[in-house]
Amino acid sequence: MSIAMPLPDAEVLAGRDGFLAALSRIVPGEGVIADEKGLRTYECDGLVAYRALPLAVVLPETVEQVAAVMALAGEHKVKVVPRGSGTGLSGGALPLTDGIVLGLGKFNRILEIDYANRCVTVQPGVSNLAISQAVAAAGFYYAPDPSSQIACSIGGNVAENSGGVHCLKYGVTTNNLLGLEIVLMSGEVVRLGGKQFDSDGYDLLGILTGSEGLLGVVTEVTVRILPKPSSVQALLLGFADVVDAGDCVARIIAAGIIPAGLEMMDKPAVKAAEDYCNAGYPLDVDALLICELDGPAAEVSELVDRVEAIARESRATVLRRSQSEEERARFWLGRKSAFPAVGRISPDYYCIDGTIPRGQLAHVLARMRELSAQYGLGVVNVFHAGDGNLHPLILYDAAREGDLQKTEDLAGAILRLCVEVGGVLSGEHGIGIEKRDLMGVMFTEDDLKQQQRIKCAFDPAGLLNPGKVFPVLHRCAELGAMHVHHGKVPFPDLPRF
Amino acid sequence: MAEILRPASAEETRQAVAWALGEDKPLEIVGAGTKRAFGHPVSAGYRLDLSGLSGIVDYEPAELVLTARAGTPLGEIAAALAQSRQQLAFEPADLGPLLGAPAESATLGGVLAANLSGPRRILAGAARDHTLGLAMVTGRGEAVKAGGKVVKNVTGYDVTKLMCGSWGTLGVMTELSIKVLPAPERTRTVLVAGLDGDAAVACMGRALSSPNEVSGAAYLPAAIAARSAVSHVAEAGASITALRVEGPPISVGARNEALRALCAGLGEIEELHSHNSATFWRELRDAAPIAADAPAVWRLSVPPATGAGVFAGLAGSEGEGWLDWGGGLVWWSCPATVAASAVVRQVAQAAGGHATLVRAPDGLKADVPVFHPQPAGRAALSRRVREGFDPRGILNPRRMGGPGWGET
Repeated sequence: MSIAMPLPDAEVLAGRDGFLAALSRIVPGEGVIADEKGLRTYECDGLVAYRALPLAVVLPETVEQVAAVMALAGEHKVKVVPRGSGTGLSGGALPLTDGIVLGLGKFNRILEIDYANRCVTVQPGVSNLAISQAVAAAGFYYAPDPSSQIACSIGGNVAENSGGVHCLKYGVTTNNLLGLEIVLMSGEVVRLGGKQFDSDGYDLLGILTGSEGLLGVVTEVTVRILPKPSSVQALLLGFADVVDAGDCVARIIAAGIIPAGLEMMDKPAVKAAEDYCNAGYPLDVDALLICELDGPAAEVSELVDRVEAIARESRATVLRRSQSEEERARFWLGRKSAFPAVGRISPDYYCIDGTIPRGQLAHVLARMRELSAQYGLGVVNVFHAGDGNLHPLILYDAAREGDLQKTEDLAGAILRLCVEVGGVLSGEHGIGIEKRDLMGVMFTEDDLKQQQRIKCAFDPAGLLNPGKVFPVLHRCAELGAMHVHHGKVPFPDLPRF
Repeated sequence: MAEILRPASAEETRQAVAWALGEDKPLEIVGAGTKRAFGHPVSAGYRLDLSGLSGIVDYEPAELVLTARAGTPLGEIAAALAQSRQQLAFEPADLGPLLGAPAESATLGGVLAANLSGPRRILAGAARDHTLGLAMVTGRGEAVKAGGKVVKNVTGYDVTKLMCGSWGTLGVMTELSIKVLPAPERTRTVLVAGLDGDAAVACMGRALSSPNEVSGAAYLPAAIAARSAVSHVAEAGASITALRVEGPPISVGARNEALRALCAGLGEIEELHSHNSATFWRELRDAAPIAADAPAVWRLSVPPATGAGVFAGLAGSEGEGWLDWGGGLVWWSCPATVAASAVVRQVAQAAGGHATLVRAPDGLKADVPVFHPQPAGRAALSRRVREGFDPRGILNPRRMGGPGWGET
């Protein structure tokens, strides 16, 4: 393991029994898991290369229990790692050996469907897809649709500010969220936003979203729901050169068209997907685009025509438009099974998640091919081309000595490349522990300290999910200190009026 | 009279804040100053004027991202975007005239610091949803950055959101990257005359629940409609419920027909085309129907379905106003009294929303907080957040005033 976690607090480890007894008084019965076999279930999230056993796992069922658990943990200086469905890919829910995992799986109820205000209030353990399913009969859906939407929880979506294939047009979690109830490390319950469009005061709702479980534990979520578009059609576009595909993406956007989804797969991804599920993808292309348009029927058919014309200008060699729902589903089948498909051609794969300016697509893909050759590891690319969010999959074999290290080095090189061309380290998976030590590539020490001062406002003792996101942990007292040079800073040489 | 400091670069801005910090001299942060009358008066000996930090730094239409210095006039940005048939989709409000300042002079930094979004907010999101990244100087005198220049980004906390709507009390923004979107090729607005508040909110709710991508939904009582420069609206002699659709011509035509069908039988139906539609929504965006001599002006954000009830409840404050955002936004003017203010706050709160005092004499602001009072826990949290950015309270002290903002 090349990512170091904070050293366990010996006093906490020594006081485990007493703490567990107190914990069981708050959440009785099977709500506290402390045996090794039971803990194994929680040893990692979707970033399976990193595992650790927590002190205990607690599965509360009420907000009062969450608040009491947090307060108790605070009192005993026990760290808390919140966890939804554990599908996160950056290790945000990796347990700490001197901390508890606070699982929200039992918070699985839909509390209110409010069609008049076009919003739904749910507990955080409800899956992303369950929200859309609950309102489907009335013609609504919840827009953000991460690939793991069958399993991933809405609370986890808030923590990671999750996106999905439709976020180019409909935004990510933060753009579809109206209200939250959170519990602070102190045990205090705070409500943010509500059912109105804009929350008042500082945008704490905005800062909570994507905070990776470091600021508060989400116990209730209110999201906007949207009326389902009346018509949806997809185009499958093949290109002999990936540069042409990148050019096509840029031209679609420049033409004023915002597709509901605009996905790209490179040649190895197309082949793996086709071998896996026979989606009918052409195998003689260098890159494949899936462009989905939704809206009123008249608009969709016109935009499909326009996109097709643009694709021709960009030298597309394959042009297919879905003629039925069944055909549209088949276009998506390969894209949606790309990860398992890659799982079949390689013993292990490592998924990364950077975002780049769209214009850099072709350059970054070419550089990635060079890096892949240099490190001797295959790289397969599926990505959200519309918003520049890359998901390169590095193929490796965990059983082979040194392969994982080499993989992490290659991942780091690819993410540095993303930042170098004006992009960012993570588009939708979060930093967690996975990209923690790369934060310095994007941010200065001052930038990161300022972000950590936000954490201090929520969690002054630093007990909520520490060791994630920030490469260097600072104590809040140190972060708060300010050396003011009274009368020693010269008056700036500025125009004065 | 405050002394004005006008930095010409981010580094000069940092120097100015560092100096102010060392001397314990609070700063009033100002772009074009169009919203100086919004919020509690700032008492500071020095004004940090960001109008010198002007100009578009980077704009590539195909990236749908524009980066500009904080003091860049919105008009300059709109003009650059128009050349590529793009726009700021959140429809930034120009509150200059409402607040006694010149029209069309607001800056990018100012509009984002106030998180002011127009009618399209219901479809396209708020100002904060379009802000991708920024550079700023904190009240600690440090230059830091947050976010990025791409639309999808979970790299560190979303500090950019926090800065939107913080009214310059956390940091001095020096440069911003914003998401831009294609401008619609065509616009149509369906008008239904003569509905009461309940029927209007129900009608807007049905339209917003239909797959017609409605980008504006407002209700104007007859007296407010009469003030419009658009004759169809002003001469209706009745209340007006308005629904806007935008997009490619063929799509707008189809959705326009769908909305007319949806409203059939409710009242007389009219239609506004490009120019009139633009004028009508610009009036609402900028709160133009507010009477020039209205003593106090409020903006209430409430759950949209409560809009009609809120409107009825507000009548107790002896004022007038209209609904936007399908009922979720209420513009209201009423007497500048503590009693009328109490009615407004109580009605907003009872609906689950909040009310902001946009314009009022300083005398009223001494008794009534401009921003909705927060519950103790959230207020304390907000205060701690502020202390992390501006521990000495030198940036726009008291601007957000009232309980919970670290000042009494």
